[in-house]
Amino acid sequence: MNVTRRELLLSAGALAVASIFPPALRAQASTGTPVKGGTLTVHLGSEQRILNPSLRASTGVYIVTSKLIESLVDLDADGKIVPQLATSWSSTPDGKTVTFKLREGVKWHDGKPFTSADVQYNALELWKKHLNFGTALQLNLTAVDTPDPLTAVFKYSRPIPLDLLLRALVDLGYVVPRHVYEGTNVLENPANTAPIGTGPYKFVEYQRGQHIIAERNPNYWRAGQPYLDRVVWRIITDKSAATAALETGQVQLSSYSQLTLSDLDRLSKNKDFLVTSKGLEANQFNNTLEFNFRRKEIADIRVRRAIAHSLDTAFFIENFLYGQGKPATGPIPSTSAAFYPDGSKVAYPFDKKRAEALLDEAGYKRGAGGVRFTLTLVPIQNGEDVPLLATFIQQSLDEVGIKVEIVNYDIAGALSAVYKEHKFDIATGWHQYRGDPAVSTTVWFRSGSPAGAPWTNQYGWQSDKVDKLIDDAASEIDPAKRRALYGEFVREVNDQLPILFVTERQFYSVVNRKVHNTHNTARWPSSSWHDTWVGA
Amino acid sequence: MRILSLAARRLAAALPALFIILAGLFLLLQLAPGDTVDALVAQMGGSDPTMIEQLRKHYALDQSTSVRLGDYLWRLVHLDLGQSAIYGKPVAAVILERLPATLLLMGSSLAIAFAAGMALGVIAARRVNRWPDTLISTLGLVFYATPSFWFGLMGIFVFAIYLGWLPAGGYGSVGAGLTGIAQVLDIAWHLILPTLTLALIFLAIYLRIMRTSMLEVSNLDFIRTARAKGLRDTKVVTRHILRNALLPMVTLIGLQAGTMLGGSVVVESVFALPGLGRLAYESVVQRDLNTLLGVVFVSALLVIVINFIVDMLYARLDPRITAGH
Repeated sequence: MNVTRRELLLSAGALAVASIFPPALRAQASTGTPVKGGTLTVHLGSEQRILNPSLRASTGVYIVTSKLIESLVDLDADGKIVPQLATSWSSTPDGKTVTFKLREGVKWHDGKPFTSADVQYNALELWKKHLNFGTALQLNLTAVDTPDPLTAVFKYSRPIPLDLLLRALVDLGYVVPRHVYEGTNVLENPANTAPIGTGPYKFVEYQRGQHIIAERNPNYWRAGQPYLDRVVWRIITDKSAATAALETGQVQLSSYSQLTLSDLDRLSKNKDFLVTSKGLEANQFNNTLEFNFRRKEIADIRVRRAIAHSLDTAFFIENFLYGQGKPATGPIPSTSAAFYPDGSKVAYPFDKKRAEALLDEAGYKRGAGGVRFTLTLVPIQNGEDVPLLATFIQQSLDEVGIKVEIVNYDIAGALSAVYKEHKFDIATGWHQYRGDPAVSTTVWFRSGSPAGAPWTNQYGWQSDKVDKLIDDAASEIDPAKRRALYGEFVREVNDQLPILFVTERQFYSVVNRKVHNTHNTARWPSSSWHDTWVGA
Repeated sequence: MRILSLAARRLAAALPALFIILAGLFLLLQLAPGDTVDALVAQMGGSDPTMIEQLRKHYALDQSTSVRLGDYLWRLVHLDLGQSAIYGKPVAAVILERLPATLLLMGSSLAIAFAAGMALGVIAARRVNRWPDTLISTLGLVFYATPSFWFGLMGIFVFAIYLGWLPAGGYGSVGAGLTGIAQVLDIAWHLILPTLTLALIFLAIYLRIMRTSMLEVSNLDFIRTARAKGLRDTKVVTRHILRNALLPMVTLIGLQAGTMLGGSVVVESVFALPGLGRLAYESVVQRDLNTLLGVVFVSALLVIVINFIVDMLYARLDPRITAGH
């Protein structure tokens, strides 16, 4: 861990996505009077090794555990911070001390009271030591004082903007019981697969390969809630089988785009289902094209620009992705209102003639059979759109005289080939935008990451200017200045093109219309579902 | 006594085979790019380098291949299959949880394929070159040529989504709290489609073998003798032809056991069944070496046991085998 990485992640948060969605558009699912009882069955696309969100930050974990275990804060429908286990917070003027007031009368599922000692233990022992992204966020955390059972005082050795910390804690601030974890090997603790929390639902059983069951927590602090008797997650790895389960009513919800693109398209025309990307604004993603600068042709900016000009992204989205998405204008998506530069447009529009001219200019004339040179493409398999983009790139580049050979690995193999061994010329993958460029975007551009860390700059590209912009933006507290720095960052990387952000996409949920009060927060599939109910 | 010595010889020959399979697979998997930590980090959606290093140490991936292979084999001698990296509990326990679904699926598919294949084969052979034969043989060809995932998906589409008669997948109703006979029926209900899907390909093979071997046996001298004695046609078929024609069918069961385990990967995925096949697939994807080796170990044992039973059965059907001819 170096200082820069920490600084990047310290500025996590500032999710302003929702501000561009008018509230009227989002209140789509609150209809009728809630009915108590019933079961909500949810599709889970892959099995999780650990069901503990204070050890593992990933949407796969949140889909299950956010119903059982609660975070200090959550997001509302407009993406604003709302209290959950913490009721209020304040920061000292020097930015080094953050005080949380905790909710009264909250009990763990085993009956013991929830106190500031739990928060202290989680922050120091789990978030700071084990949680991915959390270790970086809490690097400067030196102590958590507990003057009384309902007050937790976080002490930092360097100033931390309060808003930034809160935004990050939505995902990185889940609390598990201290009395269950203290003094054990936390990675091997049985509670990691049989979670105990304060949430609206209590864990019942986890049948590996089959299902996870949780039932209503009768002592939940939101009196009268939750409405559902049980939540069942069914593990269905095959996407077609998952769609069949939805259509036969065995499952009522599938979120985070875990179905095939064609099924999503088909179900969106079925009146029994709501197919929506609202309520998932906190997680956006891009399809990307990564360049390996160790290859001399790629290191030439004219070649990279030529490649970008040869891709008809709009055609790709319309015909391969069923229109789900739009061409990206840079590494910050248009939904990120706080950081998206004004007047952005696609930096390298589709122009085959320009591409050919650039390649000729770079000295790579067409040779025998019209071929200029050959590139190896590694798709980083992370959903069906990645290989589709690989094929599309192969065909597009063929037309300008660049031959592309696709080398297929599974995800573990691809990550190892691209990020550890650098055995690729170009790669196609996924980037997930988590509300702030500093959280998981700028690490793709900042130099200095050791080999083997996936989704960091392993491309052999380095720019002092971009490194400095990233570092400055990460520690800038003034929002206007910060926005300006990221504007300059976007301009610079669009010009130098170390990585091409091809598309800008949203996740989709499919939910049976019998389920009410869904998608009413900016990260609904990862929220607690305390007010969700099932109608007849 | 002879049977016992044959049994001992067979089992003794199986041990080195098992050892070679496991050591070979262990080494082969070292060639696959990526390890369990890569898979884990992929699932988490990223992590920092220090944590990645920590995890590699946790899973003993910082050790050399030879040390880890040695460790593994030494543990195997103590009948310890190790700890699963995905599930965080002993591999033996994980496999035991998954075994019933696979055994049930394989057993019932095999039984259906064998019984229906035999019946259809007999009918086809009795009506050779007439329309029932043509029909059955064509059907057999179609079943054999169609991939089982397609059958599975079509089955789900027709019987689960369109007609709504059968469940689309899963191993029993989730959380229905059924016990006793109700639970058995519930599981049977859920297994109808997957069993038929898996059985169809094998049914096609059995039917072809049965038809051929019926035709072959009915041309032999002793059948002509039986007919010359004035035996009635049905008697000739059931007593003389069928019994002798069954020998290659029994052999085939042993050979098919391994193939069936492979076929169950697809069927278990399509129908979301918690079986060994899917476990093996997930272990490969997640690079969970211990679990994968455990599944292979148990599958190899299964195949060895089935073949052993077939050998014993064969020896009973044909006494010449025990005599060592």
